Amino acid sequence: MSTRQAHSDAARIDPHSKTRTTGHEWDGIEELDTPLPRWWVITFYATILWSIGYFLAYPALPTLSGGTQGLIGWHSRASVARDMEQLNEIRGPVLERLANAPLEEIEARPQLLSAVRALGAAAFANNCAGCHGAGAQGAKGYPNLNDDDWLWGGKLADIRRTIEHGVRWDADKETRSETMPAFGRDGMLDAKQISIVADQVRAMAKLPGGKATPQGAKLFDDNCSVCHGVDGKGNHDMGAPNLTDALWLFGSDKETIASRIANGGGGVMPAWKDRLDEPTIKALTIYVHTLGGGE
Amino acid sequence: MTSADMGKAKSGSLYAPRKAIYPKEVEGEFRRIKWGLLAFTLSVYYLLPFVRWDRGPGAPSQAVLVDFPHRRFYFFFIEIWPQEVYYLTGLLILAALVLFLMNALAGRVWCGYLCPQTVWTDLYLAAERWIEGDARERARKDAGPRSAKIWREKIAKHSLWLLIAWWTGGAWVLYFADAPTLVYALATFQPGISEAYIWIGILTFTTYMLAGHMREQVCLYMCPWPRIQAALTDEYALNVTYRYDRGEPRMSLKQASALRLAGAPAGDCVDCGQCVAVCPTGVDIRKGASFGCVQCGLCIDACDAVMGKIGRSARLIAYDTQMNCDRRRKGEAPVYKPLRARTIIYAALILAIGALMTAKLATREDAALSVLHDRNPLAVTLKDGSIRNAYTIRFANMSAEPRRFLLETSGVEDAEVEIVGVEPDIEGRMIVGVGADQTRETRVLVTWRGARRAKGQTPILFTSKELESDASVTMRDVFVTP
Ligand code: SF4
Ligand code: SF4
Repeated sequence: MSTRQAHSDAARIDPHSKTRTTGHEWDGIEELDTPLPRWWVITFYATILWSIGYFLAYPALPTLSGGTQGLIGWHSRASVARDMEQLNEIRGPVLERLANAPLEEIEARPQLLSAVRALGAAAFANNCAGCHGAGAQGAKGYPNLNDDDWLWGGKLADIRRTIEHGVRWDADKETRSETMPAFGRDGMLDAKQISIVADQVRAMAKLPGGKATPQGAKLFDDNCSVCHGVDGKGNHDMGAPNLTDALWLFGSDKETIASRIANGGGGVMPAWKDRLDEPTIKALTIYVHTLGGGE
Repeated sequence: MTSADMGKAKSGSLYAPRKAIYPKEVEGEFRRIKWGLLAFTLSVYYLLPFVRWDRGPGAPSQAVLVDFPHRRFYFFFIEIWPQEVYYLTGLLILAALVLFLMNALAGRVWCGYLCPQTVWTDLYLAAERWIEGDARERARKDAGPRSAKIWREKIAKHSLWLLIAWWTGGAWVLYFADAPTLVYALATFQPGISEAYIWIGILTFTTYMLAGHMREQVCLYMCPWPRIQAALTDEYALNVTYRYDRGEPRMSLKQASALRLAGAPAGDCVDCGQCVAVCPTGVDIRKGASFGCVQCGLCIDACDAVMGKIGRSARLIAYDTQMNCDRRRKGEAPVYKPLRARTIIYAALILAIGALMTAKLATREDAALSVLHDRNPLAVTLKDGSIRNAYTIRFANMSAEPRRFLLETSGVEDAEVEIVGVEPDIEGRMIVGVGADQTRETRVLVTWRGARRAKGQTPILFTSKELESDASVTMRDVFVTP
């Protein structure tokens, strides 16, 4: 053990390397005061200068009501806007072809189709996924767009109209406005009758436990067949669901069906005509149509 | 390298300036090898982009081309697609193993002869010598006052350096576009190639800095290889070694002859310092193996010349091992063992990976298929109760002709297959046309009536058959039933 203390100030010249020591010593091992290479020191100072320049040039310090603006006026918002502009420039030719092509022809053109599907997928994620789900798989009360069941029609023109004008969206004059009456709430049918109709509907859909009765058939004929058809197969013009298939937007148990009969109503979808431009609506139409349910 | 070698600083000063190194010109065997390799590697680098390779119409006829816009890499008869980057990985692994093998056999020969830093620095030094004279002259000029002549020389040297650097950057961009067209575009200042100018600028700057100004500092401070190399080497690897068993004790020629006459031992080294004078990294190899030594062998040439003049046998400095110096001193015979566990393993790995890649290349398909199952939703129930799964299927046609592929499925009995945007032909077959050297992505819907019988996942196979040749690719996926 050395008798010298650590951190003594006894800096000296190390005989082997001829370099000054720092005077720090631990268990007989001394620290050399080896200078840094010049290029390193210069680089270090350069980074400090750079950071000052950077600090002045760009928005840096937050203030109570915003922040320092930077001397060169750079702004992340402006940079995003520029990127968007560039993107639109790149997309320009595709958008133009999209605007000019009739909906029916787009799907037959592989390159246009894949571009349009990509565009549609992005627009869907931004605007539609909130209700219909990220994969358009829907939820209770929100239709699944991947299946082949359509309330308002699954042809290109139908889908387009639904997107443009929405469903029961009062702000749009051309919106689909037909609505299921509230048979129970409005006193058209009493609870017993509703239960009989519900049983009748479940029987028509061949759901287990469904019960067809002459009374039920009469009640259905009188009240429901106007919209849902005599055979219950629904009607796209009125948005009346097919009651005989395997798909139920709100559920197929008796309680749910009875409550739909009693309270009426239906889903609402906004009109997108004023919010999305023509190519986007077209792209969305194609995208939804190619999900798999298109008619 | 000790701190003492790295340049002295005044006590307490914050930095140590770089100690200027003036490597002296030298002639000899290793210098000749270095000139040869320099000429060879630089010609490959500068000329390769101009080598043509006929790939038929529509495909680029440049032998080596990195085509970023079309995402292809061409190397003579090989064409690599983005999904085949594992060839690149393979090449990098091969390169590393070859480096390891070279190191196990003869230390840092890569550094001394083939490393771009060494090659360009050598070229820059040659240019410097040509204009400003050899080491002693340059040192004198730098130390003395600046005359107009010296200024002229300096300007000439830096211009020549910049010219070489610019040419180096220029050759670089030629690997990324059709070389003759780009040369013409650059020479006639065509618009729209600003990227090429930027890259030439960057490469000009880095070449000029690294080869002209930083030189050995790149090897000493920036390059990771010396650190890795030190951990990979062993006592059998040949390294440039001063045979101190023969050279020590050093003394003047006169003293040595006198001692030898008297029958007393004398070393061969006459302490003339030539080995240090020629070293591009400023190493005194007589102090033992050094991390600053790039193994260029120039000190061997320098010392051999001295030995020739004083009538002693050559190779006082040689490719040898420390171990052998010790053995000879003890009177034991030197050993050379190129075949050792590590060299055999490296060589075997190189052969294995090389063979694997060659086999893969030789048998590679020029069509590919990829299948991606829709994740959200995994399955859809249809009106009639049947289940549908959707897939994104990408057909790749890697040949130079447009081709048609027939899509078939198996594994799910009487599945109905639809491709969005593709009409089935009269026989109900689903045929997808893909252009030459292109891919096509399709959305495929598979509907299964009997799905209710099979809960969970059922394996499903997608096969794409090339219509003309019947060659087929099959991919496996699953059909999901909720
Ligand atoms: S010591 Fe010899 S081999 Fe090593 S870098 Fe210097 S000249 Fe080259
Ligand atoms: S060149 Fe040879 S003789 Fe001269 S100092 Fe170096 S080792 Fe000794």
